[in-house]
Amino acid sequence: MLEKETLIRLLRTMYRIRFFEERLKKHYDYRAYFERPASGARDTGDLIGADGYDFASHGLIGGAVHLSIGQEAVSAGIGAHLGPRDAAFSSHRSHGHALAKGADVKAAFAELMGRKTGLSRGYGGSMHLFDPANGFLGGNGIIGGQIPLALGPAFAAKYRGEPHVSVVFFGDGGANQGTLLESLNLAALWKLPVLFVCENNLWANQTPVALSLPVEDVAPRAAAFGIPGEIVDGQDVLAVYHLAGEAVSRARSGGGPTFIEAKTFRFEGHCGVSRGHENPEQCAEWRKRDPILLFEQRLASEGTVTPEEQRAIRTAVLAEIDEAEAFATSSPFPDPEELSAFL
Amino acid sequence: MREISYAAAIGEALREEMARDESVFVIGEDIGPVRQAEDLFAAFRERRVWQTPISEAGFTGLAAGAAASGLRPVVEIMYCDFVGVAMDQICNQAAKMHLMSGGQVKVPMVIKTPAGCGTREGGHHSGSLEAWFIHSPGIKVVMPATAYDAKGLLKSAIRDDGLVLFIQHRLLHPLTQQVPEGEWIVPLGKADVKRRGQEITVVSYSYALTKVLAAAEELAGSIDVEVVDPRTLTPLDVETILESVAKTGRLLVVHEAPAQGGAGAEIVRQVVERGFDLLKAPPRVLGGKHVPMPYSPPLEDACIPQVADIIRTIREMVG
Repeated sequence: MLEKETLIRLLRTMYRIRFFEERLKKHYDYRAYFERPASGARDTGDLIGADGYDFASHGLIGGAVHLSIGQEAVSAGIGAHLGPRDAAFSSHRSHGHALAKGADVKAAFAELMGRKTGLSRGYGGSMHLFDPANGFLGGNGIIGGQIPLALGPAFAAKYRGEPHVSVVFFGDGGANQGTLLESLNLAALWKLPVLFVCENNLWANQTPVALSLPVEDVAPRAAAFGIPGEIVDGQDVLAVYHLAGEAVSRARSGGGPTFIEAKTFRFEGHCGVSRGHENPEQCAEWRKRDPILLFEQRLASEGTVTPEEQRAIRTAVLAEIDEAEAFATSSPFPDPEELSAFL
Repeated sequence: MREISYAAAIGEALREEMARDESVFVIGEDIGPVRQAEDLFAAFRERRVWQTPISEAGFTGLAAGAAASGLRPVVEIMYCDFVGVAMDQICNQAAKMHLMSGGQVKVPMVIKTPAGCGTREGGHHSGSLEAWFIHSPGIKVVMPATAYDAKGLLKSAIRDDGLVLFIQHRLLHPLTQQVPEGEWIVPLGKADVKRRGQEITVVSYSYALTKVLAAAEELAGSIDVEVVDPRTLTPLDVETILESVAKTGRLLVVHEAPAQGGAGAEIVRQVVERGFDLLKAPPRVLGGKHVPMPYSPPLEDACIPQVADIIRTIREMVG
């Protein structure tokens, strides 16, 4: 039985990710990029080419925003075992991982809005949140690109004789990049303290797993390298938490890597919110297993965190999100003069 | 003074930097106990010399992540052509992390790789690929032509806080040179005038520089050639090149890589933009032909500038 403090922490993290991403929707205008604007410009090329993305008239968040609503249990369950000296790397769908790793909500919100106060000072955006002080070494816009990088902090920990671990999140899409094979082999060969976490949400952009995987599961690939490969219900935060706990302990004590495949689902479309999920019927089925609702019900029925206590946590997290939104909206943009520091 | 080879100078730089800084390690294929590359393994053993499986993307990415965690990897890519399979890790990951993190994450990492043709190895082992990297922001590109520069530049590269591509030419490895004892540093971004002259500036680097110097020697008495070695292509010391052009009024760039979209085109662009009025004649680039490198010796030799080509071009420009 977990301590109440841990249960509350898991619940709070899931609320934080959910409410953060729900609030992003309010400021994100996907259509401004992809649909013909009413302003008289002939096409989106004219709109973007002539004026750049106009934050004032087309929403405050630009670019591509990949939401992880529905997948929060994976981020929360794994992040709960990690400290600031442990590393985490993520994919294009990285908000949840960054927040679960301890990233400041205000700075995350500000980064999405391209502000100087953002996690990456406005240089990264949704896919490139960086929070090195908390060990979060970036989302990634290249599918599978982050997997070899994640070996690095694990290697550094081994090199220095320190007990830190490194976690890499990727999807069923990223699992099909060759970088995974190379990285599994290197991690197993050198017994690196790495957790490979495949969030199998059954969709790689617009491609369902039926068109990209010849088998149902990704985790068995790990066995080919002598790596324990586990499958877990990604909607069950406690199942993820317990499995990750074993994997992190094994890694810290020199036992090498673990591969975790979390079966999960995103409740929004691949990118942004306007178009909805690619398969609405499948999505409706999965929404019945909303990881937050499942956890709330379980906590209530076990009497560990009462509905009243849950409501109080929700209220507190919503206040955090309000504060983050206000902070981001009122923060200054970065000064283009700063670019000279990178030339 | 003493005489050492270009390859030995590179080995000295590596061993000195590894002895100096515990965070420096070497990672790559075939560098360990069997081949004993650069005599590193005997001195530093498994803890500092990591012989890898054949997985360039995997170990290059590992090194970038280790660099982001404060180590200073030197990644050995056995042939420059093999960077193709690691390009995402180099150009999208290691090169961009510093900017994309808003300057918070540093990636102090050297990718060290032999390049160039002349060893009759065909299209996958002969590439001169520096243009791929001078086009990519976030990467410094170092191409030494002498033992002295190779040692001093590699030490600077290892101490640099960013990603540095150190391209060594295989044909230069056995060439020896008189160098001092002990340690020296050659800063990144500082060109060197390898020969003083008055009538034409020839900019060249890596192995092509040796051909340019031979051509200049042959022309001595008829045409007075100044030879400038930029030594690093990013950052490029265009000031030194402009100073030379101000004196000679003529610019020729010579390299092995294909001329189209190459370093020579970039050097000419920078000189023309800032020093057009200094030029008495159109600047020219003598580079490789725009073909994948063929195998047969006469074909390979025909694909890159030879001493006779350089002499002919200089005569055309100064004549």
